[in-house]
Amino acid sequence: MSDINYSEKIPNNVNLAEDRTLQRALEQWQPNYLAWWKDMGPEGSLSYDVYLRTAVSVDSGGWANFGYVKMPDYRWGIFLTPADANRPIQFGENKGKPVWQEVPGEYRANLRRIIVTQGDTEPASVEQQRHLGLTAPSLYDMRNLFQVNVEEGRHLWAMVYLLHKHFGRDGREEAEALLERRSGDSDNPRILGAFNERTPDWLAFFMFTYFTDRDGKFQLSALAESGFDPLARTTKFMLTEEAHHMFVGESGVARIIQRTCAVMNDLKTDDPKTLRAAGVIDLPTIQRYLNFHYSVTVDLFGADLSSNAATFYSAGLKGRYEEPKRPDDHVLTEATYKLMDVRDGQFVEREVPMLNALNEVLRDDFIRDSVAGVGRWNKVIEKAGLPFRLTVPHKAFHRQIGTFAGTRVAPDGRIVDEATWQRGQSEWLATPEDRAFVSSLMGRVTEVNKYANFIAPPAIGVNKQPIDFEYVRFN
Amino acid sequence: MSGASLVVLKQHLIDPEVCIRCNTCEETCPVGAITHDSANYVVNADTCNACMACISPCPTGSIDNWRSVIKTEAYSVADQYTWTELPKQGAIATVDVVDAPDASRVLSAQGVDAPPLEADNRPAAEGIDVDGVRGSRLPPWSAAHPYVNLYTHKTPIKATVAGNYRLTAESGDTDVHHVVLDFGQVPFPILEGQSVAVLPPGTMADGRPHHARQYSVASPRNGERPGYNNLSLTVKRVKGQTGTDARGVERDGVCSNYLCDAKKGDVVQVIGPFGTTFLMPNHPASNLLMICTGTGSAPMRGMTEYRRRKRLDGATGKLMLFFGARTKEELPYFGPLMSLPKDFIDVSFAFSRAAGQPKRYVQDVLRERAVDVAALLRDSETYIYVCGLKGMEDGVLQALSEIANQSGQAWEPLWRKLRDSGRLHFETY
Repeated sequence: MSDINYSEKIPNNVNLAEDRTLQRALEQWQPNYLAWWKDMGPEGSLSYDVYLRTAVSVDSGGWANFGYVKMPDYRWGIFLTPADANRPIQFGENKGKPVWQEVPGEYRANLRRIIVTQGDTEPASVEQQRHLGLTAPSLYDMRNLFQVNVEEGRHLWAMVYLLHKHFGRDGREEAEALLERRSGDSDNPRILGAFNERTPDWLAFFMFTYFTDRDGKFQLSALAESGFDPLARTTKFMLTEEAHHMFVGESGVARIIQRTCAVMNDLKTDDPKTLRAAGVIDLPTIQRYLNFHYSVTVDLFGADLSSNAATFYSAGLKGRYEEPKRPDDHVLTEATYKLMDVRDGQFVEREVPMLNALNEVLRDDFIRDSVAGVGRWNKVIEKAGLPFRLTVPHKAFHRQIGTFAGTRVAPDGRIVDEATWQRGQSEWLATPEDRAFVSSLMGRVTEVNKYANFIAPPAIGVNKQPIDFEYVRFN
Repeated sequence: MSGASLVVLKQHLIDPEVCIRCNTCEETCPVGAITHDSANYVVNADTCNACMACISPCPTGSIDNWRSVIKTEAYSVADQYTWTELPKQGAIATVDVVDAPDASRVLSAQGVDAPPLEADNRPAAEGIDVDGVRGSRLPPWSAAHPYVNLYTHKTPIKATVAGNYRLTAESGDTDVHHVVLDFGQVPFPILEGQSVAVLPPGTMADGRPHHARQYSVASPRNGERPGYNNLSLTVKRVKGQTGTDARGVERDGVCSNYLCDAKKGDVVQVIGPFGTTFLMPNHPASNLLMICTGTGSAPMRGMTEYRRRKRLDGATGKLMLFFGARTKEELPYFGPLMSLPKDFIDVSFAFSRAAGQPKRYVQDVLRERAVDVAALLRDSETYIYVCGLKGMEDGVLQALSEIANQSGQAWEPLWRKLRDSGRLHFETY
């Protein structure tokens, strides 16, 4: 069944009512979740009525139902795409066998680790973004922020459901721990590096949702191929919600660029000082933010050579992006992949078994996808008649994980010495001064149909509402 | 007779400036009309059936864009790949259909002659078109009130096959079956002239489930057998065409073969009912002028049988039937029709491939019976129903117009009157 049962305390389309033990366990976790939300969710927002979307079913007809709701009352729940019990595992050593509905014993630890790592990113991003409501450049943007936040909350629910249902006491303990870690906390930080960074301003937020949620898209796509069917079904639905997050990021950056270009044409200048004085973000600063968020996200895909990745694939736990569409044997024991490496100050290519390079395969898919969006940002600049073009840095630039960790590479791909690297920092990555400037532009706009000076209004409103709709009501 | 048709299409397009290439629409499209390259996501106008399934999941609304184009000049997929923005809506010349009987027929994405839609605007099934331009958009004033969409894709009703009879000669080419479906205790209120859709089991080559196929019911409202909660369908087996064509559009034959092969006791998934205009009048003085070909006889059978059952209750209106088929052997229900009393119903056949006979189509036979048809046209209690292949619409209208004009009734105003008073109904496929 794909219709969601909202009469339950925990809305779900998995017949939770028939599993009393699980229902009780989740109902015990629920108050801790709500306590976490009240503590670490969007600051000061508990009484706002926000025009949010809730899913009422998982198919295209019912997944978007809009209405005003106070976020603590949001109907977080467990929604899986419909099951097809005869679906065969599409890849790895178990290819062709029917998918697992229970966790196979030998993969238990690995699967739990995958699920916990994915689940940890969800509350992490909410924690990183909790102050941004106070500086939202418009009600439309504030609503988008809150929509992203509640959906990340739902994604946490999705992972916790799997932990409770399939991993017994270990699962319940992990689910507790997910609510105890805190982004940026020195004692109990979140698991992945990018999720301990601060998101101090809205340009950073848009870059984060554009790049880092896109990592999410690829990780979820790989998991949506999983031979562990409950994981595949739940990540498949999460992907539909993820599309909106990426939209927020892509359109947010596009609108900032649009506004900057308009002012550049008005004042007939490209001088950053003049533009900053006019209250917009100059394009080179946007490029530096891009470089930062891109490189930090690229690290999220893990080590380029990884035996874990090989294990997960052969076991049928985590596939490649669009696995069924790939024209190979989906077992990959003979397949190879060309990895980039550094030797004697030069980039070289080496061929390795593809199984060991699957993190890199996913990373390269991600890079292709994110480059396309940057191309669309450049179209905005081109349409404004300006010659500047944003570029995506070299994949070895500013890396902390894998083969290129610590290698000094400029965004244009030159391998440089330490001195050049240090000098280049202020040119290539957002500096404290850049961030201070962007922060200085941040100020809360709460009037209907008003937009902060540094960002253009969107082309269309949400859910066919007009742009001057009251997307958030303060009470 | 009819000039070149200038068909206008409301083409479904994606705005490349707004789209974020999230792939949600491509995954959602039930007919595979959406595809992409490294630049853009595009919609194939030939495949797209305007079902709207892609509209709600799109996070940007970029897919909710339409441009009216001449159908033969619709933007190709190759074109759309090159776009960096949507073309502006151009000026399209449309012909006023009311005054030009054999000129354009305007197709709209959500118009009267679109396939039946479920509540969320998705098409429930493929099959029959109601022509709301040449025919009425309203039912007769005394028609019973129809129920529609009681059972949908998500909640179909199960029907048991209570009978499956071959109607046409075993030796012949055409294999038409009379299939009786029983709903047991679950309500399925349906009227003559309405249709249902059947969901054949199985999936297409790409793994998606088959689309439902629409069939007009051949039984009256109180059951194929009076007092029973059942109905009957007239199904012609479509041979040798299963699978998908080069565009990936499914070829027919899946459902017709499924039903023709169904055994008594088999359970069939049904959705519907559909249809709110092709309904019969219930006031006793009303006349029915029924014109059909092949399996288009299904609704006529339903209406005729209902009248026959009601005959003793003072129904006085006349029934006249014009029924075309290739040969007598390929005409469904030929036997039972011949045994109906001549004072109850006036039946004329037209055979287009009878051995040793010249081709006759229903419009030819209409002309032969011009005197009686003209009398019916003159009577304001006459209700006209046309059901069968699309190709018959033009010929029938032409014949009716000639008969009217030659009997001193100006066709244009008569046609308008018939349409506006719910007295002219087309259902074709």
